[in-house]
Amino acid sequence: MAKQIFKWPKYLKQVVSHYCPGCGHGIIHRLVAEVIEELDIGEKTIGVPPAGCAVLAYNYLDVDMGEAAHGRATAVATGIKRVLPDRIVFAYQGDGDIAAIGTAETIHTANRGENITCIFVNNCVYGMTGGQMAPTTLVGQPSTTTPGGRDMNRDGGPLDLSEMAALTSGSVYIERTAVNSPKNVRRTKKAIIKAFKSQMASQGFSLVEILSPCPTNWKMSPVDSNKWIEEVAASIFPLRVIKDETGES
Amino acid sequence: MSEKVLMRGTHVVAEAAVRAGCRFYAGYPITPQNELPEYMSGAMARLEDGTFIQAESELAAINMVIGASIAGARAMTSSSSPGVSLKQEGMSFLAAQELPAVIVNIMRGSPGLGNIAPSQGDYFQATRGGGHGDYRNIVLAPASVQEMADLTRKAFDYADRYRVPVMILADGMMGQMMEPVILPESIDPRELPSKPWILNGAEGRPSRIIKSLFLDPSVEEAFNWKLVRKHQMIGREISDAETDLMDDAHLAVIAYGTAARIAKGAIKRVREAGLKVGLFRPVTLWPFPEKILQGLGESVENFLVFEMSTGQMLEDVKLSLAGSGEVHFYGRPGGPIPTPDELAKVISRLYHRQKL
Repeated sequence: MAKQIFKWPKYLKQVVSHYCPGCGHGIIHRLVAEVIEELDIGEKTIGVPPAGCAVLAYNYLDVDMGEAAHGRATAVATGIKRVLPDRIVFAYQGDGDIAAIGTAETIHTANRGENITCIFVNNCVYGMTGGQMAPTTLVGQPSTTTPGGRDMNRDGGPLDLSEMAALTSGSVYIERTAVNSPKNVRRTKKAIIKAFKSQMASQGFSLVEILSPCPTNWKMSPVDSNKWIEEVAASIFPLRVIKDETGES
Repeated sequence: MSEKVLMRGTHVVAEAAVRAGCRFYAGYPITPQNELPEYMSGAMARLEDGTFIQAESELAAINMVIGASIAGARAMTSSSSPGVSLKQEGMSFLAAQELPAVIVNIMRGSPGLGNIAPSQGDYFQATRGGGHGDYRNIVLAPASVQEMADLTRKAFDYADRYRVPVMILADGMMGQMMEPVILPESIDPRELPSKPWILNGAEGRPSRIIKSLFLDPSVEEAFNWKLVRKHQMIGREISDAETDLMDDAHLAVIAYGTAARIAKGAIKRVREAGLKVGLFRPVTLWPFPEKILQGLGESVENFLVFEMSTGQMLEDVKLSLAGSGEVHFYGRPGGPIPTPDELAKVISRLYHRQKL
């Protein structure tokens, strides 16, 4: 008997993706769907997609999904979770969403220790709107609103939202990973499992930041994009466990 | 039957909300409505299934309400004018995602930071939707503490029935004053009709999506027309107004909320002097009770719109009467509370000038 080692995840809809070639969202959607299936929480999970490329996450993830305005995903998730404390609630947000327009919501949701999970997809750029400077854009990185590259004196430096969230008393587990290599994809999945398990144990706020390629707006090939994450982005946003009070190894 | 108790307007809205089955409140402090969240913080703590969150901002508060509504709870937020401006983003989303919620605006002097005195300057914002896009909110305007209770109950019922945001539009006077009130009976939220559209995890059913993104313009257009049909139905079903002393009146004063209370005092004074003046008081500001007003227009020629603003409801009065009769206006914006004597003089002058 052949053993099945790879299949379409139960909670990933079998539809054509709208994401650009080389985009990391497809991988991350798949990981979220796999984790939901493995933890057997598909019938009690509610997701909150953001404004941005991943707003259409509800077209792919086959769980209840409630859209939020730009930046407000953690506030909406807070409302859902408080009313239904035994459900698993996650927000799926990009860097502009979570670290610029939604900074206040994110930090205060973490600080209240809301028992929800944030999947924070960091591609260092505003994707859906066409490549403007994000709060996470690196110094020197060109964007459509920083044509000569981000200037520290003019624009400030990249904001480390995960470190900020880790400083709050209500956050329990925060890890930064990437999806630019098979090894990092596996690490990312482990981190998502850990975050969801922490929520299932009612421990508090968990967040997984995932460095994710955006070849279209970076104007690089998918291969070069993955290299850029390894060699450049990860030097400013190091891949590591930023905070872990889960008590799990 | 509940007994009569002496209570403050903001407390009454809070207690009536709890009795209507509201189990989720999120808000941010702003005067003159702080007694409402303060009351809610205690009331929710005493309930097994109640949630009170002091949010980091008005934006966060209204979005928490969106989340609670998505999850099926009767949910409320409250604020005063500058804070309600911040909530408009969320109100547009509530309308677009067809989510029920109750928003209380205890208006204060504006624009900008303004002051904390009673005012009626937010009529346009409340009745025209307020946020971006083609939508309307139901707007209820209480004119007594008793009505603060009764309309709060109606607000939750309308919100659920039509899946729309409902605003209770009062002002600092209505919020702060104390009057005897009979509180409505309590509803157990578990006994309310179930909502087949909520997100609670797709157990034994296909997954659901609650969203407002319609990238295809023809789909967005169809949705907008669907909202229009819903608005028309609401207009037919809930338009409400009080008429007082109109049977023999030659002049109708038109006012809502606190202004209507002042108008009643003024009308009493001019009636004592033999002037035939009555009151038309819209209870629903949106839908505006245009049919009821048009009915009055058949027997009355002169209307005096009185608002604690520079004239906002005035436009709805003119639109409703569509040229029939003469519409006059008296207003005091920015927070001063006109006295019944002051208004009585205005009415009297107008009455004699028009040779009524």
